[in-house]
Amino acid sequence: MSLSDTPHARHIPDRLASPLSRALKRWEVLLFLVAAAIFVINSFASPYFLDPWSLSDATYNFTEKAMIGFAMALLIIAGEIDLSVASIMALTSTAMGFAVTLGAGTPELVAIGIVVGLACGAFNGMLVAGMGLPSIVVTIGTMSLFRGISYIVLGDKAYNGYPASFAYFGQGYVWWVFSFELALFAVAALVFGVLLHRTNFGRAIYVIGNNPVAALFSGIRVARVKFILFLLTGVMSGIASICLTSRLGSTRPSIALGTELEAVTMVVLGGVNILGGSGTIPGVVLAALVMGLVTFGFGLLNVPGIVMSIFIGLLLIGVIALPRLWARARRRR
Amino acid sequence: MTRLLTSREAQLGVAILVMIALIAVRFPAFVAPANLANVFNDTSALIILALAQMAVILTKCIDLSIAATLALCGMVAAMMNVAGVPLAAIIPLVILLGAGLGAVNGLLVWKLDIPPIVVTLGTMTIYRGVIFLISGGKWINDQQMSAAFKSFPRADFLFLPVLSWTAILVVVVFAVLIGRTPLGRSFFAVGGNPHAAVYTGINVGRTQFLAFVISGALAGLTGYLWVARYAVAYVDIAGGFELDVVAACVIGGISIAGGAGSVGGAVLGALFLGVIKNALPVIGISPFWQMAISGTAIILAIAVNASQGRTKGRVILKSAEHVA
Repeated sequence: MSLSDTPHARHIPDRLASPLSRALKRWEVLLFLVAAAIFVINSFASPYFLDPWSLSDATYNFTEKAMIGFAMALLIIAGEIDLSVASIMALTSTAMGFAVTLGAGTPELVAIGIVVGLACGAFNGMLVAGMGLPSIVVTIGTMSLFRGISYIVLGDKAYNGYPASFAYFGQGYVWWVFSFELALFAVAALVFGVLLHRTNFGRAIYVIGNNPVAALFSGIRVARVKFILFLLTGVMSGIASICLTSRLGSTRPSIALGTELEAVTMVVLGGVNILGGSGTIPGVVLAALVMGLVTFGFGLLNVPGIVMSIFIGLLLIGVIALPRLWARARRRR
Repeated sequence: MTRLLTSREAQLGVAILVMIALIAVRFPAFVAPANLANVFNDTSALIILALAQMAVILTKCIDLSIAATLALCGMVAAMMNVAGVPLAAIIPLVILLGAGLGAVNGLLVWKLDIPPIVVTLGTMTIYRGVIFLISGGKWINDQQMSAAFKSFPRADFLFLPVLSWTAILVVVVFAVLIGRTPLGRSFFAVGGNPHAAVYTGINVGRTQFLAFVISGALAGLTGYLWVARYAVAYVDIAGGFELDVVAACVIGGISIAGGAGSVGGAVLGALFLGVIKNALPVIGISPFWQMAISGTAIILAIAVNASQGRTKGRVILKSAEHVA
């Protein structure tokens, strides 16, 4: 850690770079170019890639994770993190599966999914925002607790027998090749984009991430904003769980294992500062596309899932390390 | 004396004894010396890793890749055994490999200033993936391992298996390292106040790097012990064990914010979880409860840690502040 007390002398240019070169240096533009490049490479690598239906299938690689990613982005910008999202999904799915055995219909299942997600988020929020505990450990704890409850309920068994109409959320299509999940992804992107970039609440999130003390002194109810962010993350995990459960048609306690890693990776890849304070929703959308395209491309090339997870891990470290190496190389010059 | 009684170590020790006593009322066989030795042996891996994790947490970092490091080193140990490498070479080699994997974490934290949680979340999946790559997803099981490889951790020596003695040895080494060496002091200094540590001439990044190397080396050693004890190596061994390790530390009163904790606390935290894990089947509760119990214990422990920190207060120079 470079904790030397003298900050690096900031280089202030005589004039700003041209708008075009500034735009080109933006992280989002870079991501867009990467996504486009992967798209082109994939379409050459496999003849099956450019089929609209297979592209539509590819969107399932990122839609559920991105829904969580949007909420997670807000949370990380505010300087917190939620590692329990995958466990919230497991618990939500277990609750829905349990409700099916009691004869619940599709509307009840959706309501249960959202309420359980909300409750898990409220629990995290209460511990972090209410009691002032560090979110990393709290959510490591709840990660164990929520999935642990699923294990207690399910053990080595599985729930299935979801009603036929429930399958729509994970397998239905709104129009032509556009799946319900893709539509939900688009709506979520829009809602979270507006929330973060166009509302006072969104500004408050940035302020809290940059300086929580200053935020408090400027009249922002920091604890309340953080609590709401945990609620949002819980709800989005619940919704993602509804989609995933509907798509798989069954619930095991190990469902969605490791999703928290992919959601955090997506957010960081999207240019959100892991230490809080900066980041955008369009960046996360592009990161979702990049990750989806890459996993789909690997899938077409028959690369096993665990090798993809190596790639995700490298991506997570790489996207943080590269800009820092780059900045260091420039400082030397 | 009152400080001793209200310390986290004393509370935990009493809690463990009460727990054992309650179990003993219904199931006297649980407190038979042989069974207690068995519980300790079963918890040895957790004790070793909890101490390793403690070194990292003291420096304000966290190592989530500790179980993946264990699994990778365990797989490499098993593969070396299959290839005919003698045991005397395997053990130092896996410790070295573990230290190397820890050094990767440490370098990323030290040289690139990447938050430890992100680094180790990433290396956690990478190391697991590498196990798949080197093993091709296959299991190495009982019949493929040599007898010497499997029997070493189980060999009895002065009433306890070598596995237990290894844990005891690590505890002793840690007690000396943490309490009696400059490196141990610098762990606390770095975690307690990194800026002040810089002023006292401590290289913060290097200290964190060393903590990761120690953590990796111990995970490597445990990797061999684990694989040899259970006589199987595959991609998912010790899956999720990093959570138990962090739980043991948090329960043991090691502050996740760094700079506070003790060897005794980590050991007792591990024993607390170990006793629960071994008691569950005895009192007839499904082992599937283990995960939720660990989670609850983590949450309760942080809540207790935080409330204790609040009431006591850590401001040493209150009067000086008012004068100024």
